[in-house]
Amino acid sequence: MANTIIMAPGPAQPASTMEASAARGASGIGFENVTVAYGNQTIVDSLTLTVKPGEIVALIGPSGSGKTTALRAVAGFVQPRAGRIVIGDRDVTHLPPYARNIGMVVQNYALFPHMRVEDNVAFGLRARHAGADAIRERVPECLGLVGMAKYAKRYPRELSGGQQQRVAIARALAIRPQVLLLDEPLSALDAQIRRSMVDEIGRLHRTLPSLTVLYVTHDQTEALTLANHIGIMRDGKLVAFGETQGLYRHPPNRFAAEFLGRANVLPAEQLEATDGGFARVRCADVVVAGRNHHGLAAGSACFVCVRPHDLRIEARSDSANRVAGVVRSVQWLGEQLSIVLEVGDSEIRLSQPPLARAPEPGSALTVYFDAADVTFVPEGDGHG
Amino acid sequence: MADLVITPPASSGPARAADWRALWIAPPLLVLAALFFYPLVLIAMQAFTSDAHTFTLDNFATVLHSRQFLSGLYHTISIAVLASSGCLVLGFVFSLVIAFVPFPGARLVGRLIDTFISLPTFLVALAFTFVYGSAGILNQSLMTAFHLTMPPVDFLYSQWGVVLSEVTVYTPFIMRPLLACFSQIETSQIEIASSLGARPLGIVRKIILPAALPALLAGGSLCLLLTVNEFGIVLFIGAKDVITLPMLIYDKAIQEFDYPTACVIAVINIALSLGLYGCYRAVVSLCGGRRAALD
Repeated sequence: MANTIIMAPGPAQPASTMEASAARGASGIGFENVTVAYGNQTIVDSLTLTVKPGEIVALIGPSGSGKTTALRAVAGFVQPRAGRIVIGDRDVTHLPPYARNIGMVVQNYALFPHMRVEDNVAFGLRARHAGADAIRERVPECLGLVGMAKYAKRYPRELSGGQQQRVAIARALAIRPQVLLLDEPLSALDAQIRRSMVDEIGRLHRTLPSLTVLYVTHDQTEALTLANHIGIMRDGKLVAFGETQGLYRHPPNRFAAEFLGRANVLPAEQLEATDGGFARVRCADVVVAGRNHHGLAAGSACFVCVRPHDLRIEARSDSANRVAGVVRSVQWLGEQLSIVLEVGDSEIRLSQPPLARAPEPGSALTVYFDAADVTFVPEGDGHG
Repeated sequence: MADLVITPPASSGPARAADWRALWIAPPLLVLAALFFYPLVLIAMQAFTSDAHTFTLDNFATVLHSRQFLSGLYHTISIAVLASSGCLVLGFVFSLVIAFVPFPGARLVGRLIDTFISLPTFLVALAFTFVYGSAGILNQSLMTAFHLTMPPVDFLYSQWGVVLSEVTVYTPFIMRPLLACFSQIETSQIEIASSLGARPLGIVRKIILPAALPALLAGGSLCLLLTVNEFGIVLFIGAKDVITLPMLIYDKAIQEFDYPTACVIAVINIALSLGLYGCYRAVVSLCGGRRAALD
């Protein structure tokens, strides 16, 4: 089952061709300066992005940022006004959806209501004129992969939301697609099932490590959990792209810092470079030391970026940065405490494990953070 | 113990209210009986009554063996089946285009269809005589262009003219429920089918058609019912040798004053219509239930 992702270029191939081509390697996705526009409104603006074979890349961004349109352009549901889309070594820009050899899963499952589960999964194989034997073999295999083998005879209406989404994934995988496109696949599920489905998709990708996945979501937890790389879109542009942990730890701009993980971003000035990739800036009337990950020039203005969970109310070392402020609000969230601190004209959020005695709103509080946990982010909001 | 027993009054309030409600139902029932059921009963009585004013089935035996009636029945059924089939094909294709092929003015076309349903049926026949009639635009143009002495297109005054007119009139009756049905199909289902390798015709056959089947069956049954009883178009076209059951009733009653025969044919026509209506209701309830189950 693993490592059997099809590379064949044609859309309608007999099963024998599918099996033969399954031995070949995985395919990536390439956006080359892709622009999508409806009338005068540009939805995706000169998007250039590469999804390497076998990777999961998550596209995240606020509503209307163009992430779903970018995915739909790969599927062939929208036609780019400019640029090229490549799957594997094929330019698919002008190919119809049925000729692209992709698997797709959408938010509302889109199962065919008049077909049983097994017929839903077999749909793509039949559309490609696969032989009866190949279908008989492949359908249980795919249903087994998502733990739905015993539901083969049921109709979609007889399944729960999570089960329907598993069938949708099995249906997409049955055709051995070159790439799998997931368009907010878990948004319609409740929180608990969503968490288990995230684990399920992760497990699925470990089973099929050569499967290339483009995953569009507005849920950053899904993106952080599943993706090898994350792209952040805003107003049709890709404003940040990078390896998941790297992007989280060292966001390239203020928008990426705030959107991914809601980092504290404070204006700073007079950056002074020091040794070992570190630098110092003046921020909120104090000097803050941190990583100069982006190699900012001395004297330039920038933002100080520090994650809420990296802030502490007790110093771990003498050299730790410290900022004093006034507690504005304290919110108990069960497994953590969310504290908002007023520092000059800015606010800082910190999350702490539940404390024996939580600070009172209005009281003075000093927070500490290590230089290694601070990133200096260049000015600019990530727009072109 | 005896103190606790409360004897209800002989006539309770709700029961009296029910009696009054029954009185409200009586007037409309009387009007319905006077205007609808009584004339129908008279027709049925006439059909089953002999000249000697006794019950008889001889009238039916005579009518059922007459070539004129059998020809009328054949024309009625064949025209209804052909027209309904034409309506189904044309209505399905038109609805597909309007619903799934985006083009400017699609909404306007949808509204025009609604308007068409409200027009009298014979107007189409009248319009067709202007276009396809002996002295219509088409024939006049062809005669002028090719120096012909006789009009070359004369299908209008045949069974096919009636069928074409009925198809034109009743296609919107198919399209209305179909368009409503198509609006319920999720675009994502069609997109996913396409991404899985299904071509447009395959999507129509495997996704859209099964979803549209209840609407097609209901619309087709309704069309069959309406075309079986169509009178205005057949009369207006005046097609030679095309006599349907409603036309035959008209001829017997109004032209020949043969009321017993007209009543016998009317009873048969009513039985045919009620049978078709029963089928229509069965299809609607069956498909309605199935649709609800699918949703």
